[in-house]
Amino acid sequence: MGHVVSIDNLTKDFGKFRAVDHVTLDIEQGEIFGFLGANGAGKTTTIRMLCGLLLPTSGTGTVNGFDIRKENEAIKRSIGYMSQKFSLYTDMTGRENLVFYGSVYRLGRSALKDRIAELEAHLKLSRFIDRLTGSIPVGWRQRIALAAALLHRPRILFLDEPTAGVDPVFRRRFWDILYGLADEGTTLFVTTHYMDEAEYCRRISVMHDGRIIEIGEPQALIRKYNQTDLQETFIHLITHFDRT
Amino acid sequence: MIVEVRGLSKSYGPIKAVDSMDLDLDAGEILAIAGPDGAGKTSLFRSLAGLVEFEDGEAKIAGYDVSSTFDRIKPTLGYMPQSFSLYPDLSVEENLRFYASLFGLKKSEFAVKKDRLYEFSGLGRFAGRRAGKLSGGMKQKLALSCALVHDPKVLILDEPTTGVDPLSRRQFWEILFSLKKSGSAILVSTPYMDEVGLADRAVLVHQGKKLAEGTPAEVIGRFHGTVFRLRRTPTADLMTRALEIEGVSARRFGSSIHFYGPPEYSIDRLRDGLAGAGLPTDVESLQPELEDVFVQMMEE
Repeated sequence: MGHVVSIDNLTKDFGKFRAVDHVTLDIEQGEIFGFLGANGAGKTTTIRMLCGLLLPTSGTGTVNGFDIRKENEAIKRSIGYMSQKFSLYTDMTGRENLVFYGSVYRLGRSALKDRIAELEAHLKLSRFIDRLTGSIPVGWRQRIALAAALLHRPRILFLDEPTAGVDPVFRRRFWDILYGLADEGTTLFVTTHYMDEAEYCRRISVMHDGRIIEIGEPQALIRKYNQTDLQETFIHLITHFDRT
Repeated sequence: MIVEVRGLSKSYGPIKAVDSMDLDLDAGEILAIAGPDGAGKTSLFRSLAGLVEFEDGEAKIAGYDVSSTFDRIKPTLGYMPQSFSLYPDLSVEENLRFYASLFGLKKSEFAVKKDRLYEFSGLGRFAGRRAGKLSGGMKQKLALSCALVHDPKVLILDEPTTGVDPLSRRQFWEILFSLKKSGSAILVSTPYMDEVGLADRAVLVHQGKKLAEGTPAEVIGRFHGTVFRLRRTPTADLMTRALEIEGVSARRFGSSIHFYGPPEYSIDRLRDGLAGAGLPTDVESLQPELEDVFVQMMEE
């Protein structure tokens, strides 16, 4: 089984500050991987390096087989990326946004039209796709942002806090969609502060001060640290981590 | 009651954001409000904080009417809006000093106040850091500190922990508990159901109206139905079979599958269904949680 993401000792310094400190990670095709950590632990910096948006200070890695140091343009075209602050144009409709992003990915006009129709049905966007994205509830906006990230059928999708501030009903529906994508073979790399969502992941890692301090299956980690649930396990890991 | 709301309604054009809402909050009490996006939580909070006018109903804080005598309420009220409202270019301490000056604190008063706020927030070692450079959890603690600078008796906090990691959220709630102990009344909205469970009382709102109200245990008691768990990794194949079982709905739930049935649905009936679908039958009954109630009420 090939690894969709494979990074070795990835490190990023900003001046004297080491944001990411020797991170090593392998992600399999079709895996839902939860990339957890406290605010400011270095998660977003790591994701930006994996998406080809930022060059590492040292370390090596590949995403979809492309070298993150040399082939970042190829990486950008082959991945999907969605964040909580995903920049949909709020004065355009959902459909107009999708057409715009489709042209960025250089999808042909008729292929794009078909793909949007497909995503509209698959993600059940019909009620909101032709309204201004600034005027629809956040949960629907997130779903249109997800459609934009999926336009070019990426094999891996990076989701940076995709459900921040979204209510439980929408979060469950959103995760049903993510499961469907994973079943079809899409790899999902997700950050979240909702520990119930983290339990949906096959494996999780916990990042602290730029390092990955633990990695494994959620239930195995809960047992390993003798905690009641993942939230307690997370808090235990962060508060008991001794930097030696 | 330090906060009394009767029949409050707030509309934006044809949309009724808050629809004749009643609400009571006592000193030393934490009331959590949860509801879907657009349920009217922010409109209600803005109405109480005197930021928008509401067209109907009455709201009193510390005995003063919000619509007619808001100036009397200001010293009593601390409001933390949903979006980050601090000055990113000012340092932590400069932000605090700015808010202190808005509320007319003297220099000597601020010096004392500042130390107390640093003590509970842990922000002292970041006093010189620009607010824009703080992590998410720290920003929210600073915003709360700014709302507390004038010792308000009533706190209105609009989703203060959205986007905040679990450890910082726990620390934030520990601050709320200590404020409650000192007699503050706290009205807080949150998308995290575990936080709703920490409040003294919870209100679920939908389309501007209250759907349920009570202690977290009372709200959970409003769930009608049964919940079961099958501890198996919910693969696509397992889910396809689980979804075929009659009378219950199956959901993936982390590394297990949950089944939701009507109140009379028995575990034996589910076991028969599981066997018929070629699935393992070692299910267990579960107590419903706040999130189950929330989802059930929203889907009805």
